[in-house]
Amino acid sequence: MAEMIEAQHLVYRYPPEIGADGKPGAPNPPTLRDVSLTIRKGSFTAVLGHNGSGKSTFAKHINAILLPEEGTMRVDGMDTADESCLFAIRQKAGMVFQNPDNQIVATIVEEDVAFAPENLGVEPKEIRRRVDEALKAVGMYEYRNHAPSQLSGGQKQRVAIAGVIAMQPDCIVLDEPTAMLDPKGRQEVMETIRRLNREQGITIVLITHYMEEAAEADRVVVIDSGEVVMDDTPPKVFSQVEKMKALGLDVPQVTELAWELNQAGFAVSPEIITEEECLAALRALLSRASCAE
Amino acid sequence: MLKDITIGQYFPGDSVIHRMDPRFKIVCTLLLIVTLFAGNSLWTLVIGGVFVLLVQILSRIPGKLLWKSLRPILPILLFTAVLNLLFVGDDEVLWEWQFIKLTMGGLQMSVFMIVRIILLIVGSSLLTYTTSPILLTDAIESLMSPLKGIKFPVHEMAMMMSIALRFIPTLIEETDKIMSAQKARGATLDSGKVMERIRALIPILVPLFVSAFRRAEELATAMECRCYRGGEGRTRLRQLKAGARDYIGFAVSFLFMAGAVTVNILSK
Ligand SMILES: Nc1ncnc2c1ncn2[C@@H]1O[C@H](COP(=O)(O)OP(=O)(O)OP(=O)(O)O)[C@@H](O)[C@H]1O
Ligand SMILES: [Mg+2]
Repeated sequence: MAEMIEAQHLVYRYPPEIGADGKPGAPNPPTLRDVSLTIRKGSFTAVLGHNGSGKSTFAKHINAILLPEEGTMRVDGMDTADESCLFAIRQKAGMVFQNPDNQIVATIVEEDVAFAPENLGVEPKEIRRRVDEALKAVGMYEYRNHAPSQLSGGQKQRVAIAGVIAMQPDCIVLDEPTAMLDPKGRQEVMETIRRLNREQGITIVLITHYMEEAAEADRVVVIDSGEVVMDDTPPKVFSQVEKMKALGLDVPQVTELAWELNQAGFAVSPEIITEEECLAALRALLSRASCAE
Repeated sequence: MLKDITIGQYFPGDSVIHRMDPRFKIVCTLLLIVTLFAGNSLWTLVIGGVFVLLVQILSRIPGKLLWKSLRPILPILLFTAVLNLLFVGDDEVLWEWQFIKLTMGGLQMSVFMIVRIILLIVGSSLLTYTTSPILLTDAIESLMSPLKGIKFPVHEMAMMMSIALRFIPTLIEETDKIMSAQKARGATLDSGKVMERIRALIPILVPLFVSAFRRAEELATAMECRCYRGGEGRTRLRQLKAGARDYIGFAVSFLFMAGAVTVNILSK
């Protein structure tokens, strides 16, 4: 089977708040309205959308933290509504959250990485092996005996990723993992994610507000008020600069530059997402201009 | 300034005492406490003292640290001493002034109590100084596991303890941040009358609580995502395993305590 995640016509609304009189208030509008999305194994997908568009709500459906009101969510062929598959699904699709401080459970790095395998009842020897392997995969092996409070934000987030890898998942869903990090930490985390995807073939779903991060994915999905509104490769999505702006999103700076030039009548394709591509296009443009003189 | 507080102080090391199975350490400490309280002869204290001194030397924990752990209870020590001096008495009067009467018995008793409390504090400090909090929780969970039979939530207790330990530095850091934020808005936290100071704490405690609840919710979700389902069927990375050394250590401690109790009985 090639599909890791299959969401079909997902509809979800949060339960209404309980009022002061103890009765539930008016029903909330749906947060997810008919989301259908399939994600292939081994792919790297970025999910974009402005604040409150429903990205985190969608992510929480992937490992059955939330269950759909309508529609189905399948993870590696298992329906998240099927309670007997609950832990198999959570083991298959690991989740990393925004704040590393609130997802580290133990007082020692390696104890924290061991948390998930311990819950799964893995043999102590095998836990040891997995912990070492996971810590090496994120480049935190030397810090295995440190207290999490002694680490930087980027290091903590890598420990959180190691904690998920120790479950040996096929897929990792990261909900804005770099939002609280400085540029260095962000780079460390992105490098780790990229390596896991390329070297270990782990399916990555990355929710982010940084367009430069999304540009590294194979596919960009844009969610707006609970619906998938764009779904294509990064160059195809980002080159639609006007549509992205209308959705309240930015595009990478280089794409914007290329697009502006394109709009001004220069022969530059707006489907540019990396600095190298931009540089090459500008060079080509300049040499053509100097030839024409 | 809050960062200087360390709770459940642990001083990493590689001594025999550090490496001893934490369950045995806890049991030995309990034995010491019981012996100190049960015994009422000078010899019990001497033997207990030698034992504590021996452990201290083996653990290579500097005496200065132990003194630090004693300092906060000095007032209590003084109070106990004075109480015993005044209210315990026998016929051998040493000094008398109006209704105050100091006797030999009172003096003996107060010295006795002071030494007893000091040994108690130093003994249990040696336990926490040489055992990492995580091992301590594991050991408590393991020692209390028979209570599972009567439906006592042993695993849950241990989990709560270790999460609390994990979040102490995080919450201290957060308190520091909130305090700076409130000071920047003109709050005065370290001056004024007691009532004013207490009132000044409210704008610190409220945001701290709100954030603690938010953290708790996020942590719960993260734990569920990592397949947490309570203690059932859970294995551990670090298995507590008692070796020959632990049994020997326990036997030595036991002999000490048994000796102390025997001497106590014989000396009557
Ligand atoms: N626990 C909740 N109860 C009620 N409504 C909620 C809850 N969590 C989120 N919502 C609402 O659902 C909507 C979508 O929230 P969600 O967290 O999925 O957005 P998001 O795309 O992840 O946003 P962000 O970029 O800020 O993380 C928001 O309007 C939010 O108010
Ligand atoms: Mg979100």
